[in-house]
Amino acid sequence: MSTITEQKQATQVYRVFIKATPQAVWDAITKPEWTERYGYGGTVEYEMRKGGSYRHLPGADMVKAGEEHGFPIPDVIIDGEVLEADPPKRLVHTWHFMMAPDLADDAVGTVTYELEELEGGVTRLTLIHELKGAPATALMVSSDEDPNRGGGGWAWVLSDLKTLLETGKRLSD
Amino acid sequence: MVLTCDFLVTYSLGVTDDDRVFKALADPTRRFLLDRLFERDGRTLTELESELEMTRFGVMKHLRVLEDAGLVVARRSGREKLHFLNPVPIRLIHDRWIDKYTERRVSALADLKTELEEETA
Repeated sequence: MSTITEQKQATQVYRVFIKATPQAVWDAITKPEWTERYGYGGTVEYEMRKGGSYRHLPGADMVKAGEEHGFPIPDVIIDGEVLEADPPKRLVHTWHFMMAPDLADDAVGTVTYELEELEGGVTRLTLIHELKGAPATALMVSSDEDPNRGGGGWAWVLSDLKTLLETGKRLSD
Repeated sequence: MVLTCDFLVTYSLGVTDDDRVFKALADPTRRFLLDRLFERDGRTLTELESELEMTRFGVMKHLRVLEDAGLVVARRSGREKLHFLNPVPIRLIHDRWIDKYTERRVSALADLKTELEEETA
């Protein structure tokens, strides 16, 4: 019983309705030319098959900011393995945040994206982050602090993604 | 599936996402349910029901409104249906409504400061 309770507490679910096709939302999640335009920026590399690799690389501005503040940014910010890929409907991969040493004791989590097409050109995007044994990571990705001060988390990233796809602009524009 | 249909009906009537969120938040029982989920996510209907003096049906109805507004996402896990708090709609409202007005207040204070400093200079 206790493991079920732990699992429950260690799962975070985020959902957003976006006026865009599932393909457009899929591209925004999986293509580097899109990922550098919202959220924390940077570029992703997916080998889109089971067992393929997933890597999130820092953007130039993040590397520069890291240098200015005296903490080196690693070459890969998030590392993972693709567990399921069914474009443009479902993507599951492991999610290992490499940037913060204080998260080193945390278990590697899993991120699932579910994209459902609704009528009227609307996509329902659900992100499920399994964070069993990863309490520090759970705190980080659920942060509601100001994104400019390192907060933001998934809610902010997905809001920014929605704004970009619907208006062509970022939340901060 | 029923939820999806409901969502489409309200969507096509021109009810905005914001309307649904504000309506969902304008009820003490629903705010109570959100607070319970904030404390601990992924609860079943039975768990949530045990904290309210209300019929199972009543709690279901309130959860339904929260789901339609996107504030709660229900997911199956084995034989159980678990309810998760979804913070994205509140984030969107924050960015659309709260930031705008707090920024204005901050800049008004900044203006006042400049004005007063100029006066004393």
